[in-house]
Amino acid sequence: MGYTVRLWAIIYKDLVSEFRTKELFSSMFVFALLVLIIFNFAFSPGTRELQLVTAPGILWVAFTFAGALGLGRSFALEREKDCIHGLMLCPGDRGIIFLAKFLGNLLFMGAVEVITLPLFAIFFNVRILPILPSLTLILFLSTIGFASVGTLFAAMAAATKTREVLLPILLFPVAVPVIIAAVKSTGRVLEGRPLSEIAPWLNMLLSFDVIFLVICYITFEYVVEE
Amino acid sequence: MKEPAILAEALTKDFGPIHALSGIDLRLEKGEFLTILGPNGAGKTTLIKILATLMRPTSGLVRVAGYDLAEAGEALRRRIGVISHQTYLYENLTAYENLRFYGRMYGVQDLEDHIRGVLEEVGLKGRRDHLVRTYSRGMQQRLSIARALIHDPSVLLLDEPYTGLDQHATRMLTGLLARLRDGERTVILTTHQLSQGLELSDFVAILVRGRIVYQEKVAGLSLADLEDAYFQHVGQEYRWDTQ
Amino acid sequence: MGIDERDKFRKWLAPALFLSMLAALYAAFVYAPTEATQGDVQRIFYFHVPSAWVAFLAFFVVFLGSILYLWKKDRRWDILASSSAEIGVLFTTMVLLTGPLWGKPIWGTYWSWDPRLTTTLILWLIYVAYFMLRAYAGERVKGARMAAVLGIIGFVDVPLIYLSVLWWRSLHPLPVVVRPGGPALPPSMLGSLMVSLLAFTLLYLYLLRERVLLERLNDEVEALKQKRR
Repeated sequence: MGYTVRLWAIIYKDLVSEFRTKELFSSMFVFALLVLIIFNFAFSPGTRELQLVTAPGILWVAFTFAGALGLGRSFALEREKDCIHGLMLCPGDRGIIFLAKFLGNLLFMGAVEVITLPLFAIFFNVRILPILPSLTLILFLSTIGFASVGTLFAAMAAATKTREVLLPILLFPVAVPVIIAAVKSTGRVLEGRPLSEIAPWLNMLLSFDVIFLVICYITFEYVVEE
Repeated sequence: MKEPAILAEALTKDFGPIHALSGIDLRLEKGEFLTILGPNGAGKTTLIKILATLMRPTSGLVRVAGYDLAEAGEALRRRIGVISHQTYLYENLTAYENLRFYGRMYGVQDLEDHIRGVLEEVGLKGRRDHLVRTYSRGMQQRLSIARALIHDPSVLLLDEPYTGLDQHATRMLTGLLARLRDGERTVILTTHQLSQGLELSDFVAILVRGRIVYQEKVAGLSLADLEDAYFQHVGQEYRWDTQ
Repeated sequence: MGIDERDKFRKWLAPALFLSMLAALYAAFVYAPTEATQGDVQRIFYFHVPSAWVAFLAFFVVFLGSILYLWKKDRRWDILASSSAEIGVLFTTMVLLTGPLWGKPIWGTYWSWDPRLTTTLILWLIYVAYFMLRAYAGERVKGARMAAVLGIIGFVDVPLIYLSVLWWRSLHPLPVVVRPGGPALPPSMLGSLMVSLLAFTLLYLYLLRERVLLERLNDEVEALKQKRR
């Protein structure tokens, strides 16, 4: 009971702060948009086939790069004025800080994805409405995996001298399974293949999510403690 | 036998090969006020962080409010309030939102009453709904005190709270601390400025290179005596820094 | 500490390593037959595969050392983990160099995104990040703790990375099966590989031992420096 109150308190204060400044969301969204546009320049004009082959990759580069940007910022905010110490002083398991920041990042990344997806459909001339349920499932599982290790690494990077610079270097190699699974399954779904065909990918995403959520939750305390 | 409010025995902290704290012994009864003096890098912040459970000691025993640091992190944290030179406040939230956030994190009952109370205490009632970003340094520090008091801790740890405050804010902080001291609270304050906080203290200790080299009752101690003791232990080269 | 222990250990490890290396060289270049289709270039196999084995062994030790360090908070486990990570990076580098050298004449390209090589490349990146983390952490104990967390995550990630890269290359994802393996190696090749594996494992142990002792001496020097202050 007290746990959910505190969990929500952390998420809520991040949301209020974000609604006021909009700095996380706007920078993530504009960055994702830029990635779509820049990559479109890189691959077109090309054949329709080339466009279909490259589209899922471009989409996930946009999501993960924008995600890394937001993840880094979310912990940098806690380091300002040493707020992270204020959080650590609070009673209770410190894993709750991880969980709250993870859920917050999930919300921010999800919001960016929801807004970017229609633009992607327009720019790359793909129909996403008929495949929306499967696409949502892929987005959900992949974003959980990416945000779980991402939140932990963001906490690490924020504690180093280089701040956010280290985050992508830590995050992207470890997130390789998520990125490959996301790109491949998105590609299959865009080709109109049935969900059963991507079941192995979804299983992999699910295993990644479960394994790393647990590990990150447990090890978070070691990352923030001095 | 009565349990001391703060007890540290043979407390050490190493950062790799560096001994930040070596063999600290402290004993404070409930309601006592201790000022720890020391130059920068003496280990003051490390000591406060260990007492506040932000840092694990390398060895030694620490008990705060009767709870062992190693075992009862949670129960212990409820009884500690920390004020540092960093405010731990979110600048894009209002004073009220900050206090409500920390109040919820501590599970404070009757939170609204408490928030009103602490805001009144630090004289910020009128600016309750202003963003912390718009506050002056002195006001932020006062709000930071309100934050540390929101869960009514029995132990207050103050790490260089005077840093960056102007004359007016300094006087205000001293006044506030004097009022807090009247209560039942046990307080440890660290500073590198000899005169600060002295009139509030029951005891004064000097921390140099991770050791407590001097400990004395404040009653009957003159500033000149303290200065002599300080420079004798710290070394003359610091005389300029502290004035 | 240190000195006595080291001599006792060295008494058998160094000669054993020396002999096994001579045997491995002999096995790889003289004893093993020339492969029918690939020719002499296939002999790089006796260095490539044992390097990969040592790299994975090293990262497994990092994983164990990291868990023990977080649990016991004893500097010795951190020294073990970081020393082993260094050796692991060294041997993954060797894998990444010998792989393309072997691949060029066989596949016609230096790099073909072969699942095992690709996984090794990603591992290399993870453990390079491991050292960057230590270097930029600012304070050693903090760096050690964060690196330990990465040491655990990185190793747990290995099977997932391998599977994802494997499936990525094939058109359809395959269920996980134990690969039946190609045609079995002739006994002389298998024997040579075994000798090579033994030599590389001893080399790993030797390097690890030396690196750990070096780090301990480093600690002692630091401690002495602190005392003098």
